[in-house]
Amino acid sequence: MPTSIKDECAIVGIGQTEFSKFSGRSELQVTLECVEAAIADAGIERSDIDGMVTLSIDGSDEIAVMRGLGSQELKFFSRVPHGIGGAMSLVHQAVMAISSGMCKTVLGYRALNGCSGNQPKASAVGGPLSTDQVHWGWYNPYGFSDPTSWVAMFTQRYMHEYGATAESLAEIALTMRKHAVNNPNAMFYDKPITSEDYFNSPFIAEPLRFYDCCMEADGGAAFVITSTERAKDLPHAPAVVRGVAQGAAADQEVMTSFYRDSITHLPEYDLVAKQCYEQSGLSADDIDAAVLYDAFTSIVLYQLESFGFCKRGEAHDFVKGGTLGLDGRLPCNTNGGQLSEAHLQGINGITEAVRIIRGTSVNQPKKNDHVLATSGFGVPSSAMILGQSR
Amino acid sequence: MSAKTETAPSAPQRMRPVVGHDNREWWDHINEGQLTIQKCKECGTLRHPPRPMCWKCQSLEAEHMPASGKGIVYSFVVIHKPVIPGYEYPLAVAVVELEEGTRIVSNVVGIEAGDVKIGMPVKVSIEAVDETLTLPLFRPAS
Repeated sequence: MPTSIKDECAIVGIGQTEFSKFSGRSELQVTLECVEAAIADAGIERSDIDGMVTLSIDGSDEIAVMRGLGSQELKFFSRVPHGIGGAMSLVHQAVMAISSGMCKTVLGYRALNGCSGNQPKASAVGGPLSTDQVHWGWYNPYGFSDPTSWVAMFTQRYMHEYGATAESLAEIALTMRKHAVNNPNAMFYDKPITSEDYFNSPFIAEPLRFYDCCMEADGGAAFVITSTERAKDLPHAPAVVRGVAQGAAADQEVMTSFYRDSITHLPEYDLVAKQCYEQSGLSADDIDAAVLYDAFTSIVLYQLESFGFCKRGEAHDFVKGGTLGLDGRLPCNTNGGQLSEAHLQGINGITEAVRIIRGTSVNQPKKNDHVLATSGFGVPSSAMILGQSR
Repeated sequence: MSAKTETAPSAPQRMRPVVGHDNREWWDHINEGQLTIQKCKECGTLRHPPRPMCWKCQSLEAEHMPASGKGIVYSFVVIHKPVIPGYEYPLAVAVVELEEGTRIVSNVVGIEAGDVKIGMPVKVSIEAVDETLTLPLFRPAS
């Protein structure tokens, strides 16, 4: 990795649409048109684009742009806040990503119906609808508007294709609860549940029961990261980042990627896993413990397969018999996870992964050379592998 | 009083679709009683939900072709909670694979939610669910 970004990157293509008071088309289409022009100008293939940057206020999601370009893999996506202050920051983000090897070719974009979209008449012709608003509009009218139901849709098909049963989901739920019982910070601290409790709990969205779902919570978590060199002088044993990656994959939607050939695995998790292992030179065999994103039990199955702990379709057998417990092959979510410590959208997975590396988890795994920590299911996702200082 | 006054709906209503440039034609056809599938004018690729650019050939030209409305349940859920005003529970939501190959999310009606099965044949039924909203729902195909 270079020590300076000087001369490391160059802008090689530019594109734009006409500028008018009334585009007469969606912001997404305007985006796609200027993006196509820039790619053509650069003389590259669409598939060369593996990163995207835009402003946080932009109405066209990266994954909506992906679905226009037919992109297969996106390894870097970043948005810059504060509106008009962010334009040059797009270059800044891209340079960091490229210089550090996170991706090779970044597409920066920003398109808006800034005149017509702000006029009252615009509502009659579409207005400045964000791709996100339009996306939810395909699901809300059917009462399909809750994360449990979206995950249940994937889970039903997974169970159908692979013969998985509620016994496997119960195993995950009970293991995470068992871990939380020892964790004074967990919402399930000192509140054990039994298999009977699990199976007696009501369905929220079949096939998912109450105990398949995480604990919504208020709270926060944070971390400080610095150079490994600097870390040597600090009080705690450093948790060294061996690999960290983002991923969005072909035909990606937010929680509703139901239009791919298969919905029993998630290619965005495959992409994140591949990058983490390539960067670190490690494989699943080297991972001693994991903090897998577990807002729902079934999504642990998908991750165990994508991250190579077992073959596709076999995770529901793999988890049986205490595999994810402290004495199992892969001690998992030793804090209780999102399921039973607290649902903080995964940020508490970072702090627990660091504790495992330090050896200070309330449920400390015996071996802690390398820990995997992952992020959310069914969305563009991310993961990291932490290791001991050498 | 000649002024037209707006009154609140007499019963809770379903959440509305979001209609804009990229999906207006599809919803117009639904309001006319026809389920359609967006088709690329250049390469013929079918796509749902509708979007402005073909992901195979990047054409911006598209048309809508009538769908047969026949399909099978590819996956489904039976929602019990949370209970949202405007819907009846337990509520069956399915990913339906149409015989043309595209998939669509909707409700399966005309059957106990607990009796829905993967692989079950279904057929579209375009229904006015309230005074101002028409949706493509699916019913078991006999």
